[in-house]
Amino acid sequence: MIDGRVRRELGRFARHNVLSVAGAVVGLLIVAVALAAPLIAPRDPLKADFRRMNKPPDAQSLFGTDQVGRDTLSRVIYAGRTSLFVAFTSVLMGTTLGSLWGMACGYLGGRFDLMSQRVMEILQSFPDLILAMAISMAIGTGLPAVIIAIAITRIPFGGRVIRSVALSVREMPFVEAGRAAGASQLRVMTLHVLPQCVAPYLVLATTHLGVAIVIEAALGFLGVGVPPPTPTWGNMLADAITGLIPHWWLVLFPGLAITVTVLAFNLLGDGIRDTLDPKLSPAVLRLVTGAGKASTTPAAAPVREPSDATA
Amino acid sequence: MHKYLLRRALFALGTMVGVSLIIFVVLRVLPGDPLVAILGVEGYNKMSPADHAQIMADLGLSDPLPVQYVRWLGDIATGRLGKSFFRGDTVRDLILHRGPLSAEIAVLALFISWLIGLPIGILSAIRPNGWGDTVARSLSILFIAIPGFWLGLLLVLALLFWFGYKAPILVIHLWEDPWQNLQLIIGPAAVLGLAQGAYIARMSRSCLLEVIREDYVRTARAKGAVERAVVLHHALPNALLPVITISGVLLGFVLGGSVAVEQAFGVPGLGRALVTAIIERDIIVVQNLVLLYALIFVAVNVVVDLSYAWLDPRIRYH
Repeated sequence: MIDGRVRRELGRFARHNVLSVAGAVVGLLIVAVALAAPLIAPRDPLKADFRRMNKPPDAQSLFGTDQVGRDTLSRVIYAGRTSLFVAFTSVLMGTTLGSLWGMACGYLGGRFDLMSQRVMEILQSFPDLILAMAISMAIGTGLPAVIIAIAITRIPFGGRVIRSVALSVREMPFVEAGRAAGASQLRVMTLHVLPQCVAPYLVLATTHLGVAIVIEAALGFLGVGVPPPTPTWGNMLADAITGLIPHWWLVLFPGLAITVTVLAFNLLGDGIRDTLDPKLSPAVLRLVTGAGKASTTPAAAPVREPSDATA
Repeated sequence: MHKYLLRRALFALGTMVGVSLIIFVVLRVLPGDPLVAILGVEGYNKMSPADHAQIMADLGLSDPLPVQYVRWLGDIATGRLGKSFFRGDTVRDLILHRGPLSAEIAVLALFISWLIGLPIGILSAIRPNGWGDTVARSLSILFIAIPGFWLGLLLVLALLFWFGYKAPILVIHLWEDPWQNLQLIIGPAAVLGLAQGAYIARMSRSCLLEVIREDYVRTARAKGAVERAVVLHHALPNALLPVITISGVLLGFVLGGSVAVEQAFGVPGLGRALVTAIIERDIIVVQNLVLLYALIFVAVNVVVDLSYAWLDPRIRYH
């Protein structure tokens, strides 16, 4: 697949998007560290050491130790595993499902589209974090519950954006040609419409990775996310403030990990958007704001994802 | 305009019915018995089946689900909203007592976000790619990535070290002691406002840049208007439309984010009540609070849509 054209595209991408290349490199590095956690982490993240409790950062433990003497650096590294796993799987499930759904809505139109839009409208009526909290409460605590909860909050965003892409692709000559040649609905959708949706999907998925990480962290911080002892960046922050006087190193490092990761994914997402499809930005902007575009229904106006809105 | 208003309001009503149905269904498929959460495992095991049935009936949880749902709608209509499993107070009292604090935080945060975001966005757009623009854009990218509750924690930590800050315990209302009340809400509002301000700055910059390229702005320049008038009187009003919409959207972020930020600052607002209720599995409280958050979000978006239609006549004719 990697032919000259793709390589040229990548080269162009790198030259024009220093920041997003940096984002990609840092993002990959974080993923690599998370994957290689057992090799990299200096200690066992779960092993308490009562001789070394509440130690500030020193040569022996670079990020200090927590209330029961666990090594914060090792915990941040292992927490990355869980947090990234939650983010990747929930986006892979939620954004993908939403995108496929949105594609079907946009291409098929009619009553199916109308009904689906209502459902997405309702799902979008909740603030993300609150919907995630309620769902994870309903299906019980634990890793799968958190993943499903975050995935559900991602569905309508994928649905809205990809639907509008499919709507415009549907009118293109090559899709009409496919239909005219007698191809079935399913065939036209998978062979003609789907490839056009890949670029916006990638942009969405990258941006949503950052959002998913923040939601996961917030859930963990509020005590309704992945339960301890499994460390996640969020529940480490929750742990940090259980003491009467929180230690700064217990607050600083997990939060820094969240920020750097989200920053990396956001920069990467911006770069992919600018490069893959320059025309996409104004389209998404209009979609998000409803500006200059008469929406077919009043509901189609605001999509709440400002991170997609800004060109 | 009236027709548009009516249609939009009816539409929102339909959405809210769907929202309430979803909340109800999600919270009633809860695995496990709510009484385990109330009585603890031991108390639950000691209980006789008769007691069990009695308590369930008292709580109104033994009726068929459609009956429970209709009763809930009735409760909403009369404003009674039911009682917490654990505390004697009704959900209505809870909302009236803690709601104002969260509302103040949200409004102040929105105000701060405009106060910071709009001037920065305008200055960035006037000299795109200058050093000021570069700094502003880097900062906005950074503040979008920083989770608000973490920034809040760092702030609390700093205040703790230098000023001996203590987490507030009591709710102090604006009308009781405005100064104390401001101290309670300023931290969460500032943290939330900064993140939203970053979005506003980004949005107003890109919208203003797009508008400035339009013919009518060139006309304004050509007829000799000073740059200040061109930007503020000709370009800005049109560029603001999307920024207003994004504010409604951002309120969703503020509502959700404030739950975690209130926790970070230890502010006893509605968000903390919701978290407590979720951890205690207090279904009645959760269903009403989640509905309230969704209601506010939907209502704000209706208001944004209407103000949008009011400001931009093209919208209302469709």
